[in-house]
Amino acid sequence: MDIKFDLGLVDYTIMGVYFVFVLGIGWALRKYMKNASAFLEAGRSIPAWVAGLAFISTNLGALEVMGMTGSGAKYGMLTTHFYWVGAIPAMIFLALFMMPFYYGSKARSVPEYLKLRYDEKTRGLNAILFAVMTILASGISMYALALLMETVLGWNFHLSLMLSAIIVLGYTYLGGLSSAIYNEVLQFFIIVIGLLPIVFLSLKQVGGWSGLEHSLAPIVSAKGYAADTFTSTWKYTGNAKANPLGVEWYGIAAGLGFVLSFGYWCTNFLIVQRAMAAESINAARKTPLIGAIPKMFIPFLIIVPGVVALVLMNDPSSGFSIMVNGKENYDLTIIMLLKQYLPTGVLGLGITALLASFMSGMAGNVSAFNTVWTYDIYQSYIRPVTGNKEADDKHYLKVGRLATIFGVVVSIAAAYLAGLFGNIMDFLQTIFSMINAPLFAVIFLGMFWKRTTGHAAFTGLLAGFLVALLHHGLTVPEGATTLVKGGWIGVVHTYPVEMAQNFWTAIFAFTTSSVVTVILSLITKKIKSDEELVGLVYSMTPRTNVVVKEWYNRPVVLASIVGVICVILSIIFW
Amino acid sequence: MGLDIRIPIGLIFTIFGLIISIYGLFTNSNTEMYAKSLSININLIMGLLMLVFGTFMLFFARKKKQD
Repeated sequence: MDIKFDLGLVDYTIMGVYFVFVLGIGWALRKYMKNASAFLEAGRSIPAWVAGLAFISTNLGALEVMGMTGSGAKYGMLTTHFYWVGAIPAMIFLALFMMPFYYGSKARSVPEYLKLRYDEKTRGLNAILFAVMTILASGISMYALALLMETVLGWNFHLSLMLSAIIVLGYTYLGGLSSAIYNEVLQFFIIVIGLLPIVFLSLKQVGGWSGLEHSLAPIVSAKGYAADTFTSTWKYTGNAKANPLGVEWYGIAAGLGFVLSFGYWCTNFLIVQRAMAAESINAARKTPLIGAIPKMFIPFLIIVPGVVALVLMNDPSSGFSIMVNGKENYDLTIIMLLKQYLPTGVLGLGITALLASFMSGMAGNVSAFNTVWTYDIYQSYIRPVTGNKEADDKHYLKVGRLATIFGVVVSIAAAYLAGLFGNIMDFLQTIFSMINAPLFAVIFLGMFWKRTTGHAAFTGLLAGFLVALLHHGLTVPEGATTLVKGGWIGVVHTYPVEMAQNFWTAIFAFTTSSVVTVILSLITKKIKSDEELVGLVYSMTPRTNVVVKEWYNRPVVLASIVGVICVILSIIFW
Repeated sequence: MGLDIRIPIGLIFTIFGLIISIYGLFTNSNTEMYAKSLSININLIMGLLMLVFGTFMLFFARKKKQD
């Protein structure tokens, strides 16, 4: 199959204009970068709507776009569980219950919150794991981007890698977190508008939604599921074997809806950082809610075309295929859809949308890395504050900038590493999911139970991670061929699909972490006094009722609107 | 931070809109090229859409400045 695109001059012009603008935004912001806080925290000055769109854009990285479209073809509309169950409830919870403590505690990062709430070792463990993971993640998306440019555009791999690294470095070095955030907003609009023609054209070809249901029926029946499985969400989750995800409704609700999504949305500094940069506590609380509104509709942009792709794959006359060397490569679904429908002109826009999503993911990683490195590692262990505020500010700004360069350089190295060991990506993604679930248990208990102690939290984090490793070592998904997928200790249980294994890994890790933290908290001495916990723990913090005049600016009202729309969407696509 | 992000967003979509809609106009008779997009001149449609979106963004940014 030929996956090379023929790009015209117009397509390259669109791409060029985009590069000029992202760098231009960094350039325009460079004069505000006077101290470390401006560079690493955007001076806590970002309006809620900007922070909200950046919040969602960071998550809308290319691996998400490619992965979700692929999942649309693999699992149908059941993929929307990653949004309506797997994101929205966690985002509402973050906004209403957790943001007041993240923002109000004046912590500059999630690890720093752990330091304020617990102790140095808990912070250190989290900061170091986070820094390493973030850089590796950034390297992986860089690798994926360069690989894509090579296979699709025919560009040189090394040149593509360097070009993307230099552009991301350029705008994050110039304008820091503000530049990353403002560019994420721009990238958000480009991704949405760039992918819009595919949604429109693919749905039109199959005759709209009812046409899609009709054409899917024989394909889905042939797979051994009920005819409308791929256009419904909850209907066939009573039995794990009746739906392609291979998980029952309670596995989805507990694994995806609770452990995985709360672990990701409520504790991942990459995401939370966007809300922490907001201009006020009210703006910080609104950030995830404003982000939730487009988030609910993103399935129509990236999952629905994937579902249509399944119809096209089964219709030889369409000429559509994602086969590479005789095997389906679902990650290519979105690429092949671009090729299928877009003529020169909008094609350039579509490719630019993909580039934009890669860059927003990478810049997000780099800007989260340099903050954690500067505040939580360098400032705590290498060179603490001297007390001379002016000199300190200058010094940490310089360190933040150097960390940006360092982060990008290590990302490049990680990208080459990913190229050497193809499985490294799968492996890292597995590790990431093992770290977030225990972290959520520890932060949640810390925020809502004042008795939780530092020793308990630290042990809980480690125990959760070890149990996740153990579970992964003892189980495999059906048909696994490499040890990266699990079973490297011995196989005790076989899951029908990898997704089910991931869900249960997270559930086990979270439960262990919670139980260990609670038990140890009860038997270890509480070191932090009640006064020290003000602003960090729910029951210790006085309710300050900020009166917000306009109803649409009140977080509770926004949260209710988001919740209602989400329920309505779930019912429509039940 | 003194950057109104609506200005760059408005500008980039106005430029994208102009390039793609003009290109769409010039290629309007090229039926072979638009066979892909189900015989719809998708360039013209998306170009105009982006032009409208870009101008709106610039308009709001300007209005805000005058307030």
